[in-house]
Order: sequence, then C-alpha cells, then structure tokens
Amino acid sequence: MISLSVNGEARDLEVDPATPLLWVLRDTLGLTGTKYSCGIAVCGACTVHVDGAPVRACVTPLSAVAGKSITTIEGLSKDSSHPVQRAWIALDVPQCGYCQSGQIMAAAALLARNPKPTDADIDQVMSGVLCRCGTYSRIRRAIKQAAELKAKGA
Amino acid sequence: MNDLTTPEAINLERRGFLKASAVAGGGLLIGFYLPLTNRAGEAQAAAAEFAPTAMDGGSAGNAGAVFRPNAWIRIDADDTVTLRVASSEMGQGVYTAIPMLLAEELECDWTRIKVEMAPANKAYTNPLIGQQLTGGSTAVRAFWTPLRQAGAVGRGLLIRAAAQTWKVKEDECRAENGVVLHKPSQRKASYGELAAKAATLPVPAEVFLKEPGEFRLIGKSTPRLDTPRKVNGSAVFGTDVKLPGLLTAVVARCPVFGGKPKKFDATKAKGVPGVRQVLAIHSGIAVVADSFWAAKQGRDALVVEWDEGTHARLGSAGIRAQLEQALKKKGVSVRNDGNAGKALKAAGKRIEAVYEVPYLAHACMEPMNCTAQVKKDSCELWVPTQNQTGTQFVASQITGLPPEKVRVNTTFLGGGFGRRSEQDFVAEAVQLAMATGAPVKLMWTREDDLQHDYYRPATLNRLSAALDKDGMPLAWRHEIAGASIFTRVFPNFIKDGIDGTSVEGAANLPYAIPNLHVSWVMENGAVPVGFWRSVGSSQNAYITECFLDELAAAAGKDPYEYRRALLAKHPRHLGVLELAAQKAGWGTPLPAGRTRGIAVAEAFGSYCAQVAEVSVERGQVRVQRVVCAIDCGLVVNPDTVVAQMESGIVYGLTAALKGEITIKDGRVEQGNFNDYPLLRLDEMPEIEVHIVKSAENPGGVGEPGTPPIAPAVANAVFAATGKPVRRLPIRV
Repeated sequence: MISLSVNGEARDLEVDPATPLLWVLRDTLGLTGTKYSCGIAVCGACTVHVDGAPVRACVTPLSAVAGKSITTIEGLSKDSSHPVQRAWIALDVPQCGYCQSGQIMAAAALLARNPKPTDADIDQVMSGVLCRCGTYSRIRRAIKQAAELKAKGA
Repeated sequence: MNDLTTPEAINLERRGFLKASAVAGGGLLIGFYLPLTNRAGEAQAAAAEFAPTAMDGGSAGNAGAVFRPNAWIRIDADDTVTLRVASSEMGQGVYTAIPMLLAEELECDWTRIKVEMAPANKAYTNPLIGQQLTGGSTAVRAFWTPLRQAGAVGRGLLIRAAAQTWKVKEDECRAENGVVLHKPSQRKASYGELAAKAATLPVPAEVFLKEPGEFRLIGKSTPRLDTPRKVNGSAVFGTDVKLPGLLTAVVARCPVFGGKPKKFDATKAKGVPGVRQVLAIHSGIAVVADSFWAAKQGRDALVVEWDEGTHARLGSAGIRAQLEQALKKKGVSVRNDGNAGKALKAAGKRIEAVYEVPYLAHACMEPMNCTAQVKKDSCELWVPTQNQTGTQFVASQITGLPPEKVRVNTTFLGGGFGRRSEQDFVAEAVQLAMATGAPVKLMWTREDDLQHDYYRPATLNRLSAALDKDGMPLAWRHEIAGASIFTRVFPNFIKDGIDGTSVEGAANLPYAIPNLHVSWVMENGAVPVGFWRSVGSSQNAYITECFLDELAAAAGKDPYEYRRALLAKHPRHLGVLELAAQKAGWGTPLPAGRTRGIAVAEAFGSYCAQVAEVSVERGQVRVQRVVCAIDCGLVVNPDTVVAQMESGIVYGLTAALKGEITIKDGRVEQGNFNDYPLLRLDEMPEIEVHIVKSAENPGGVGEPGTPPIAPAVANAVFAATGKPVRRLPIRV
C-alpha cells in the first residue's frame, strides 16, 4: 500500500507501485483533468505538482511519490480563483483545451517560485508544454497578468 | 435578396417548416427543418433525446420532456433557455458562435443560456456538407441563416404570446434579454412565463431577420462558453468519459500499412494484472483491461507475428519516384485559360521549378479514442468525433442496429484538424464493446496516433511560367501528382475525375495570367491520406505563392507590388494583401538579419494575407513576427477570429518548419513528439491579426489562417538566402 496526499486528501492506494502517477490519478482516483498525450514526458499535458514542484505524471511511478503531496488541476483552487486560472479566463486562453491543465499547472508552479517572470523565464519553463492550437501568445500574456493579480494580492 | 443589408422576410413554407410545441412543465420548443433534411420520420428518434447530459452542462430536471425533431431551442417555464450545438467543438469556438447566432435573434438573456451538444440525427445535417460533420470551416457559414431564422421564430412567437395575453398589438411589443415588454402599458413578461402560451401558437409563415446594424451579440467579442470548464479540469474530452464497469482497450496494429496479424500469443499479456481479454479485431489484436496502464502493459507483453503484406519494402524514396513517374503522365485538366502550352513554347523567358511537400500527421493533443456500449437493441457512443453521421453509420453497420438506435454523445475534442472526421477508432470501440458485452474505452497511444494516421498527402509539383518583356506572367502551368482523399472518403464528390481537395489552392489561382493550365495526376499509394487542416490549400498555397515569388524575382520586381498588379480584379485578395503589407510596414527597413515574405490565399470562403518577418541564423529559421489580415466577411465573434488566425498560423508554422512523416520498410519512422516535434512557446512569433470590416456573408475561420503562413515564411527565407524554398519542411 502506498500513502500520499492528493489535493489535500489522504489516500491509501493498493496499486502496483510501478504504475505512472498519471494513470493512478485518472483511472484509480477519477481525476481526469490531468491529461495523457505523449507518455514520454515531452509534451507536459500531464503536469501536476508534487510538493509544489511541477512533475510529469506520465513518467513518475507511484512509488516515487509515496508520502508526498500531489496537487492536480482539480485541486489548484476550489473555484477557479487561482490567479493563473483567472488570467486564463480573462484572456480566453484555451481553444481545444486539452493541454491547458498542463499549461496552467506549469504556469502556477513558475509563479510560485518566480513571482515576476521575464519573457526568458516564461520561455524556459513553458516551452516544455506543447499546444497544438497555438495558444502560446495568450499563455505568455496570461502569465504576466496572473503575476500582476498575484502581486496585488487579488 | 441579401439578408445582410435588408430585413429579409423569409418564407418558411418554402424553406421548410417549423413547429412549436409544448414541453412538460409548460415550455416552448422550436422545431426547425433545414431545407436539406425534410425527413421527419428519420428524425423521430431525436424526440426522446432532448434530455440534458452532465457532459454538456445541460439543464437538469427536464428529462422526459416531449420533444419535436430538429429542435435547436428549448425554453422552460423556469426561464432556462437551452440551445443546441450540432458542430463539434475542437477549439475553433463553435460552442460559443453557434449559440450566438440563435441568441441574437431569440433575444434571450445570454448570461442565462445553457448549451448542449446535439445527438447524431439527420435533423442536424450541415447544409453545406450534407452530413452532420464539422469540417471545411463551414459551421458558421452553414448555419448562419437557418439558426438566425430559428431564433427569430422563437422571438416572434413569444411576442405574439405576450400581445395576445395583454390584448395589445404585436408591433407595440418588443423582446429584450429574455423578456417581452409592452411600453405603452409598462407590462412585461419573461420568456419562461410566456413559454406555455407561445407553445400553443401556430408558427408564422415568415420571420424578419435583423439588419447587421441591429446586432447585439454578433460582431462583439464574446467570452467562450467552454473556457470555465477548460481551466479547472472539468471539461469532458473523450478520454475522460466515465461509466460504471468501464473497461479500457488498446490495440496492437501491424506497423506496416496493409499488414495484418498472422498469429499471436496472448499468454504473457493475460498474465498482466488487470488484463481481462485479448481479442482479434479487424485492425489488430486488442488487449482489454481494467485500466489504461494494464491494457498498455498487456499490449507490450503481447507476442504477434505479422503478415506484413505487399508494402514491407515501401520507403519515402520509392514513393517520390512513384510521384515522379506519375508527373510524366498527362494529368486531368483542372483549369485551362488561354493556351499555356503554346505561350510557354513561344516564351523568351521561361522559369521552371519542382516543388514537393511531405506527408504530415495531424497530431491532435488528445490521441484518438472512443467509448462504446452495445446492448441487444441499442448502441451508445461517447466520442470526440467531427462526423456524427459517419460515427452513427459505422456503428450501425457493425452492430446491425438501425442508425436511430445508435446514440452519439459528442464530447469536447482535444483537437480535430480533420483527423476526427475518420471512423477507424469508432469501429474498433464498437467491435470491442460487442465482443465484451461491457462498456469499453478504446484508447490510442501517441505512437498509435502518429503511425496510423490518415496523412496529409505528399505531392510533387512541376511548375513552368513565361514572362512578358515587362516581367509579368504570360503563362503559368502547374502539374500536380498526389493521392486523392475523396477516393476513399467521399468517392461521389469526385467530379470529372477531379478530387477538388487535391487542387484547391492551385486551380483557383487569382492572378491575372492570360494562359493558365493546372492539371492533376491521381497517384494513390499505400499510405492512407486524409483531411488535414485547410486540406489542399495547405500545400498548394505554399507551392503557388512561392513560385510566384520566383517569378517576381526573375522579373526584378517587389513581390508585394507584383501581386498587387496581378490582383486588380480580385478586390478581397487585394484588400487583405494591402492591409497586411501596410500593417507590417512592407518596404520599410528591418533590423539587420531580418527579411520579410508575403503570401495571400483564398480558402473556405475567406481571404487571408500574411507577412512573415524571419531571421536565418546558424542554419535555423526563426520567425519573429507575423502580420495577418483576414477578410472572413461578417464576423460573429471577433476574438475567436483572432484566436483562429493565431491557431492556423501555428499549425502551418509547425508544418513549414518541422513537419515531415517519412516511410521506411512500409512503416512510419516517427513515433512521438520527440521525433515529430511541434512548435514550442519559445519559437512562437509575435502575431498581429487585423480583421477587414466586411458586410459579406461569413466565410470560414478555422482553416484560412493556415495556407499563407508556409509561403510567407518560405518567401522570407528566399529573400534572405536568394535560394527558393522548393520543399517543406524548410531546411537552410
């Protein structure tokens, strides 16, 4: 049995410890907001926070997160009030939306450790999360807007 | 009569017929037959289906309401207005734009509407395509008039209901924000209050549509209705469908095109915990399990011996040689103005080039999937499909059930781009659901997705042109060899031996050239081909716009001025060309190391020009800025038009800079995003979109942004290096 916390809730799981966290979240816990797209940690659609740090859930075995605290898109805020989510709504960032959980989780992790990211900072972190619809310009703007919202304590 | 400039009275008797009816609880339901779909009998199955689903965020508590076929609008006594969308939401914004059309005329309260996806039903046929299919950038174009009519009928009946109740004249009443008002007596009633009465009224023979100047929603940037669900993980895509007892399946398919399993050993696969069954289906060997991971582990453990068939030696070089041979044949003539052959022979200055484009995969971020449940007398599907008609048909064929017994629940689509108009993944899911008797979610991995796609056709093109003494083109000949998409998908759409998708963007060359010949040789091979965002225009705009730059260069002329001179009779092409050039500062100095390229294309009823600013450093092409001008006629949701231009540009840019599927030993060499890379955020140019103000009927927006980007960038590279870019992806 492996114990961990998911979105603030303690979970004890009887799952093969080699199972990637992504499939534990999606198939065992029913948290389908985190997406599968490449399975090899190239696209970032499966980005979640493990003890606050962004992690590719598709290549992270469950055993590696035992005892840790996981946050998924469903747990980022109760009511889409996280500054990143608010900025995403304000700029209507998503198109198809499939990659957006990963984009938002990556952006939230970036802002948590770098409240005022430069273009270069955004490039470095966000280039690891692929979008096929071309929402990149809006993602860049939304991260800056979220940083402002955060700075204002709003 | 043009309904954009005058309030047109639409005779509904001629166009079809409408019927209002009461729903349980005293609501109003507007049934509406589109001209192409006057088939009430077949639509009866929809009657019971106006039950909202959680997936659509539909209104609760209305299940069991009486429903008329072909309904788009439902108003309940509690003021809930439910609008149906029959086009698939794959990022292009129809989930918002279609309700805007209905709500504009209905005058309902936009902040209180509920939207739900329509089921598969002939009543929802896209009138431009003849199927319930989202493609060809047609959703707004196709439903522009009928859905505004449907909304206007609803408003008219509600006003009539109020006037009769109050015993006042109809023309003294008006509808606004979900309320009917009678100013002289200061009375008002909500739509919900009027619904029961309105439902008893006969439908008027004609309705008046607003003039564009009267629009309250159309033309205003309106936040997307799907955004809130796409920022908190609650939007349901196909992969996210949950059902009691749901099994998950993955399929091992022969890596070689046309191959099939010879024999397989499932012993090890069945030993994987969670694996339930291993089954042979038409496309390969399926592993069915309790979870995706178990199914995938099971597939990895499966031992299959393949009969690789006749294509096991196929390779990209061989395919190119085949296209070269094809180009030696006399193709079918697609367009023939003047006498290009004669003019080319007589020409003093003649320019020739061979252009080629590779196969491309769609690479939707959400890999293909479909969930199916088959019972004795019904089949239900939950699927990200662009083609509900095809989905229903395929499931009907496989199960033997009549189409109306196949319910299609369309989820959100994690990208479509044409790929999801196919039914291969549907067929697999239905077979597995039948074989197991359980609900099955069929999942593709990324590798499955890239290696078993219906690819954008690779084509080989020979171009020849002759210039007059002033350098202007006297003759243009474009010979195309490539595979046909329609041959497999819609053979009836092939006319006079021509697949329109193969020649679009080439046959409609807008330039004033007196002798112009375009021909096409169909050369179908083992690699399956399909619709890829903007289809033929995606490659033909690149080929023709780059060759035109070669002519301009040979003439010593500026490529922008050269185009202007040749587009005098095409004001909409000219309009976007001039706007893009002006906004990009065409002709003004650039920072050192930067060059510009320009291109223009008409596609899907819209006109788009782009100027790309490019730098070439250490063999790397970097696109710094793209200025885009779009004339898509009357705009429904301006912010969506901007987003779709950005989107089309990024899709085309990925193809121009990176995209290439190659074949070796009969199989696709690429397998994931590490070797089929997509454009990244740090490679994203600054994009500016300018929308031409227009009163023309709406054009498409999902695809027209894609065709001009590859040639705009390639022409900028040509300007930088002096070497034309005759093959994609661009390599310098």
